[in-house]
Amino acid sequence: MERIPILKMGGFLLVTIQVDMHDRLAMQLQDDLTEMISRTGARGVLIDISSLELVDSFIGRVIANIASMSRILDAETVVVGMRPAVAITLVELGLSLAGVRTALNVDKGMRLLRTAVGCEPEEPADGRDEA
Amino acid sequence: MAVTRHEALELRTEEQVVRVRQHARKWAAELGFSLVDQTKVVTAASELARNTVVYGGGGQVRFAALQEGVRRGLRLVFEDQGPGIADVELALRDGYTTGNGLGLGLGGAKRLVNEFEIESRPGRGTRITITRWK
Repeated sequence: MERIPILKMGGFLLVTIQVDMHDRLAMQLQDDLTEMISRTGARGVLIDISSLELVDSFIGRVIANIASMSRILDAETVVVGMRPAVAITLVELGLSLAGVRTALNVDKGMRLLRTAVGCEPEEPADGRDEA
Repeated sequence: MAVTRHEALELRTEEQVVRVRQHARKWAAELGFSLVDQTKVVTAASELARNTVVYGGGGQVRFAALQEGVRRGLRLVFEDQGPGIADVELALRDGYTTGNGLGLGLGGAKRLVNEFEIESRPGRGTRITITRWK
């Protein structure tokens, strides 16, 4: 089945959406992410949407849901890389994504996550023996 | 006003909603729309295409490239033979939904285009026409 890959990097989860998602795929991402937060105990989620040419009300709702669900699971979500044309359209559409943290790019997003969570995205030092 | 090009696409599945968006993007780009205007019309198309599939039980969308004097436009007509919309004015209001969406689709789509026309007959179906001028 088609899925958006989720990468684990230290205590954070990274998602780069690179396809034009149909609704089921967006819902699948929402389910996969919440499941993975709970399984890995990740404290932060970074979603890169710089490849997305469109965020409509459905995809916007999925993004807002992911942020709310991860917050309940004790993880922060940052959405990065939104294209200016997408931002303009979203606001006109009536979607403000209130409650969703955003950053201009991955670097700034990672910094925001580290500050919000108060830790580095690496595994604890005693985990260095792991493969 | 002249129609310089037209095409119809079937609209029954979520994958076809994605195809309609991609099609709208291509047409808007070919008509010389700015990136922001492309994004607006594609987003409106996405909202209405989803409505056709989810609420209308499927249907079709007709694309038309328009020429009126020196200005060019893109017109999309979404049609279904679904249950129709009982109260159009209410359906256009932000936050109103009969499904589990946000209720931004219709009103939002209307704000993203220059012309918006909706004809609906309960039990017979819905036709929504949007036009965006360059």
